[in-house]
Amino acid sequence: MPANGSYVIDDKEKGIFLLDRSVHVSEEILREEMRKIFAKCWIYVGHASEVKKPGDFVSRKVAGRPIIFVRDQKGQVRCLFNTCRHRGSVVTTERCGNARRFMCVYHGWSYGNDGSLARVPSEEAYTSAFDKGDLGLRTPARFESYKDFWFMNLDPNAQPLAEYLGKATEYMDLVVDQSPSGQMEVLPGTQEYDVAANWKLMVENSVDDYHLPTTHSTWLNFMKNSGVVMEPPKGAGMVLPTKGLAIDLGNGHFTTDNVNFRGRPVAAWIPLYGEAAKEEMAAIRAELVERLGADRAKRVADTNRNLVIFPNLVINDGSSVTIRTFFPNGVDKMHVTAWALGPVEESESARARRLDAFLTFYGPGGFATPDDVEALEMVQKGLANWQDDRWSEMSRGMGHEDGEQLNSDEFHLRLFWRKWNAMMGEQA
Amino acid sequence: MSAVTRAEVEDFLYLEADLLDNWKLPEWEALLTDDAGYYIPANDDPHGDHRSSLFIIADDRERIHQRIIRVMDPNCHAEFPKSHLSRIVGNVRILSQDGDTVVAASTFVLHRYRRYERMGEYVGNTRHTLKRVGDSFRIKERRVFLKSHELGSLGSVSFIL
Repeated sequence: MPANGSYVIDDKEKGIFLLDRSVHVSEEILREEMRKIFAKCWIYVGHASEVKKPGDFVSRKVAGRPIIFVRDQKGQVRCLFNTCRHRGSVVTTERCGNARRFMCVYHGWSYGNDGSLARVPSEEAYTSAFDKGDLGLRTPARFESYKDFWFMNLDPNAQPLAEYLGKATEYMDLVVDQSPSGQMEVLPGTQEYDVAANWKLMVENSVDDYHLPTTHSTWLNFMKNSGVVMEPPKGAGMVLPTKGLAIDLGNGHFTTDNVNFRGRPVAAWIPLYGEAAKEEMAAIRAELVERLGADRAKRVADTNRNLVIFPNLVINDGSSVTIRTFFPNGVDKMHVTAWALGPVEESESARARRLDAFLTFYGPGGFATPDDVEALEMVQKGLANWQDDRWSEMSRGMGHEDGEQLNSDEFHLRLFWRKWNAMMGEQA
Repeated sequence: MSAVTRAEVEDFLYLEADLLDNWKLPEWEALLTDDAGYYIPANDDPHGDHRSSLFIIADDRERIHQRIIRVMDPNCHAEFPKSHLSRIVGNVRILSQDGDTVVAASTFVLHRYRRYERMGEYVGNTRHTLKRVGDSFRIKERRVFLKSHELGSLGSVSFIL
């Protein structure tokens, strides 16, 4: 911990918020984060739709832990540590597949897709104390889901997931409400990109609408070229054509909630989608109104929201729906994974529109994300002066923290830092 | 239509590589047909269809045009200053010829440097669908398959791969 016990200067009287830049460069802080943040919080693992059938699995690293996210023969979704109980090898190197068994290639111990130890070659060599029933693949202490979003927690004493998510579920519901049956699915094709920057810079970037006009001027230009009308910002402090708010959801979770101007596959037409899409999109909207009522349909269709579930899950319901998660890989590097999410019953043409809209903004080849990556990497480079230029200025909107907070204020970024700072201050 | 030779296709692909490496994108754009497409599927779903699977890039002709406008703009921060690109194209084969349409396979290795740093080495295959026009070609489709198991370490694909 720093000398005064805090990484932030949070002066509500003067309206000043400063962040100690050591948080982005210190190896010691990263080690502490792994213990105090990643081993204490609910961390997103995967979406149930990624493992539709019994035996379907994906293997990935979550908070530095290699895990297998799998649906067992009985249909139960599980999270298994990808580590053989014998001598510690990973038991699968496949990124995804379907398997009844996971066999360790070292000595041949094999496990059922529920994690139980199924077979040990020449088992007779062990004494009677050797208990196969106790040697199944280990699992994270807790593994729970909300509407098909599965999270793990390494802390056995953690509060239940639903309680942890709290009000964030209202914003997850707005995403899931796109589907008439309430079922969303992760679409095939994964995007990945490393960013040479501290992972927490991605949290800030994911909800910071202040940066859009400068970082993404070429994207705004593209939107204009495709026929989207860009009204100049009207309100004080606004930087975008429409008004957007930053909203505190408690527990370190927060979201932007913006009146849409950029088009939404569900269901706000822009010229980019083409004339032929108008009719189908009107039908999608009519279904929303019919099912949800006019007010909620309007929220689903006419607002875009970037939601952060503390500490490292972002659900963007913007130009398309993305699930994005990221983990530190050293203090100055993160690995980002992003998926597209859509309603299971979506038509072929609506699905194609969703995927096309995704690529207009997001991902390593998108018209916006590469410039975010560039901005974050520029920050990390600049932070090399941290010892002599210690504080980042994050006071935007401090003057009216008890009132309405704009998406272009830094209110929501401060929520993250306050939560992070409090957790890092705890003994663990 | 007389048979296209591999040498003719090679000459064309080398020309294209030179234009792309040197950011002569308007000149490259002039080599595209009016219905050209440019695709990079996700590493974990190389044979997917961009209408049902998330790609890295799935540009129709108009989107390619917009991409060129974007990356040539000094406000395209990911490519200002521009990457230094150097690609070797090899293993060129003609897979099929049907009238004036030729499908060609090739392998590439591309080195990328930026900000005085090495940014990455991209390796993979390209499948070109070419239209014979006079004694040259126009590009109807350019589909790039990245061979790396994961794209992560390569970062953004903010140039034309």
